[in-house]
Amino acid sequence: MSGFKKGLKDGIPIALGYLSVSFTFGLQGVKGGLSWWETVLISICNVTSAGQFAGLDIMLSGGGFWIEMACAQFIINLRYALMSISLSQKADKSLSGIHRWLVGFGVTDEIFVMAMGNIGEVSRQYMYGLIALPVAGWSLGTLIGAAAGKILPEIVISALSIAIYGMFLAIIIPPAKKNKGIAMAAIFAALLSCCFKWLPILNKVSGGFSIIICTVLSAGIMAALMPVKNEEDGQC
Amino acid sequence: MLSIRDFFIYLFIMAGVTYLIRALPLVIFKGKITNRFVQSFLYYVPYAVLGAMTFPSILFSTGNLAASIAGLITACVLAFKEKSLIIVAAFACLASFCVILICQLI
Repeated sequence: MSGFKKGLKDGIPIALGYLSVSFTFGLQGVKGGLSWWETVLISICNVTSAGQFAGLDIMLSGGGFWIEMACAQFIINLRYALMSISLSQKADKSLSGIHRWLVGFGVTDEIFVMAMGNIGEVSRQYMYGLIALPVAGWSLGTLIGAAAGKILPEIVISALSIAIYGMFLAIIIPPAKKNKGIAMAAIFAALLSCCFKWLPILNKVSGGFSIIICTVLSAGIMAALMPVKNEEDGQC
Repeated sequence: MLSIRDFFIYLFIMAGVTYLIRALPLVIFKGKITNRFVQSFLYYVPYAVLGAMTFPSILFSTGNLAASIAGLITACVLAFKEKSLIIVAAFACLASFCVILICQLI
């Protein structure tokens, strides 16, 4: 199978998951007072869940909060910088020049984790294939949500909100069964994240920032405790 | 109501910041990192991120704690059996839906 086709195939489950999550974004955007095309345009240009929901709140509080918008997006989305650095190590030589600028647009949590799950390096063709359907699904889901906003009952919308977390668990658990380090990294980060939610003082830290701290601490401690073996000998 | 002009300023800031955070590290880090600690750190990052993003947020996702826990358990069982992403997500929604429905009927 060519790299592009394999990417498309790997992207299908992500695209389907995104349909349901972006659906709720479309619902909320229109409910908040944006027009359907504005809501869809946000999804096409950003392709991110947490950042868009936070950005929508800022938009709906009126014009003028430019700095707040920039800071919120920076903090909530800073995790992508970590992912892009990881991805830069996973990509082969074909991902060069302009292609790095283009692929950079599509680095989302799920696309990143899916790409990292491949054995060996990934090509730019694979990345384009992997990104195509999720971006389409994300935009289409927003459109359907914006259109269906007035029809669907609240109870269905509530139930759909858990979809993205179901996807996250489906990504973490299978590799965690086989690799103790991965399991411990995920569990430790989850415990830390709960501390940031419920412990005094720590719960003052914003959501986006706490995810970065939890990630860096957990991945850092696991890297010290259980360093991975170099795939090629003599690399160091 | 947000004016069209203000909407586009917001959209530009949002999309610009988000894009640069994603693209710049890819463009800047061209060589292979050989440091074993950094390699290991980057290896664990995706799972740590998803762990931190899932908990405890999943418990508040549906607005009904019992429904969220039902969805969580369903997702864990199916993910443990290595079902596909979409199956896990769909059944988590279905389980939450059933519990919300039961709560409303009681």
